[in-house]
Amino acid sequence: MSTAKSFRVLPGFKLTLGYTLGYMSLLILIPLSAVFLKTFELDWERFIEVVTAPQVVATYKLSFGASLLAAAINAVFGLLLAWALVRYSFPGKKLVDALVDLPFALPTAVAGIALTALYAKNGWIGQYLEPFGIKVAFTPVGVLVALVFIGLPFVVRTVQPILEDLDTELEEAAASLGAQRWQTFRHVILPILLPALLTGFALAFARAVGEYGSVIFIAGNLPYVSEITPLMIITRLEQYDYRGATAIASVMLIFSFILLLIINGLQAWTAKRTGRDR
Amino acid sequence: MAGATSMHIGGDHAARFENKAATRETPLVKWTILVLALGFFAIFLLLPLVAVFVEAFRKGWETYVTALIDPDAWSAIKLTLLAAVISVPLNLVFGVAAAWCIAKFEFRGKQLLITLIDLPFSVSPVIAGLVFVLVFGAQGWFGSWLSENDIKIIFAVPGIVLATVFVTFPFVARELIPLMQAQGRDEEEAAVVLGAKGWQVFWHVTLPNIKWGLMYGVILTNARAMGEFGAVSVVSGHIRGQTNTLPLHVEILYNEYMFSAAFAVASLLALLALVTLVIKNWVEHQAARSYRETEQAS
Repeated sequence: MSTAKSFRVLPGFKLTLGYTLGYMSLLILIPLSAVFLKTFELDWERFIEVVTAPQVVATYKLSFGASLLAAAINAVFGLLLAWALVRYSFPGKKLVDALVDLPFALPTAVAGIALTALYAKNGWIGQYLEPFGIKVAFTPVGVLVALVFIGLPFVVRTVQPILEDLDTELEEAAASLGAQRWQTFRHVILPILLPALLTGFALAFARAVGEYGSVIFIAGNLPYVSEITPLMIITRLEQYDYRGATAIASVMLIFSFILLLIINGLQAWTAKRTGRDR
Repeated sequence: MAGATSMHIGGDHAARFENKAATRETPLVKWTILVLALGFFAIFLLLPLVAVFVEAFRKGWETYVTALIDPDAWSAIKLTLLAAVISVPLNLVFGVAAAWCIAKFEFRGKQLLITLIDLPFSVSPVIAGLVFVLVFGAQGWFGSWLSENDIKIIFAVPGIVLATVFVTFPFVARELIPLMQAQGRDEEEAAVVLGAKGWQVFWHVTLPNIKWGLMYGVILTNARAMGEFGAVSVVSGHIRGQTNTLPLHVEILYNEYMFSAAFAVASLLALLALVTLVIKNWVEHQAARSYRETEQAS
């Protein structure tokens, strides 16, 4: 890293920094601070009462539980998919590679109604699950399915570039020293991938916790059963309970900030482990 | 959250790994991985996409066309375009300014600034809508002043635009910062030494270097702006023909059990997503090509 210079050759530092800070404060920071300032209008007992109401606690359990599980599923299958895309040739590979980003590009509401149609009792997938007594649409499982959908590209796209950068020499050295393929993966490749895999996991998890559009259609939104935390904020707003909505939002925000810091740490670790900038 | 949205310059690596015994799995392992990975891909990504189009045409072309020429659908299309047309240039200018000061200069608190720019990505879209209700809503900071002056922001078009700008805020900046950091400032400094003015440096030196990254950021911004649901849902008020964007129109139709119409409108958005992916791929391809050319030249 270069150190600070006492003189600057290039123009525009004050202008661009000033604009950046001004625009960001006006649009992001000041509006976000409104959440905390509004929350302070509640006294502590009231705040605790609002954010630990049984119905709200049930939403935390679902939102965090389903998000963790979805991120874990994505970590496994995202790694497999990234592995297949980097290491194997198969017909339609370019198409698969391009479509991995679909959840980033497809509006969440569209994903939501499409998944609901697929997993409803008479849907393409739902009709085969129905005889086994497995219900997906309008249950917590449906929430999980939607969160898996939106989280998948995060894992694939963080792991894929690291896999592409891997030199074959490492594995050849391991093999020449007598390592089995699985041992090479477990002790040589996985340690290199781990920071990126964890980053992808954390990104998918962070996205899943806040997700709204793709979930609410398939969730069915039954109180205590399949309500997610962001929906709770909307419900409170619709009841004109602004303080309640804001208190729950501030809990989510604090959690998001902590996750953001963890993700930053993980990305720094990835960069250090692999020598990549991003 | 750089990794996941950053431009990915790949190329095909399979041959490199498949040609050597040491970096190859047994056929059984290979096929197991392929079946698991592609099966997962087909069920979770491909099927939902196909379902949108099949459901849209389930009741035939006539229903499909009727849903799309409905005046409410049209006003939703117009509002969606308006939100994108405003938020894309705003966040484009911001992204370039932020990347310029972060990549070309050293200053204290730079890392914090980068983290703060990421903030809207880690905030739930619902909260992105909520913050503007708290600032401009009836009970908000400026609520009484706005109603005295008869200005509507929440449950009106300005609120939708604000929420859209919020959720699309980081895309361009996120794309350009690492790109411009990697390019350093040598070329720009040389231009200044040779007597170029600030704008000339930007137009003739910086812009050609970052054009693909810039375009990539704009595509992502646009896709998210047109597709945003949660944030605009909070501030929209769902007034038909007035404050409905396309995704909100889909929701209304769906909740009224007009499934074919809902999927017809949704298919427009799915088409937009596909076009986004095609352009995105093309940009990545172009960027990879120009990257290779610079590599060869140096």
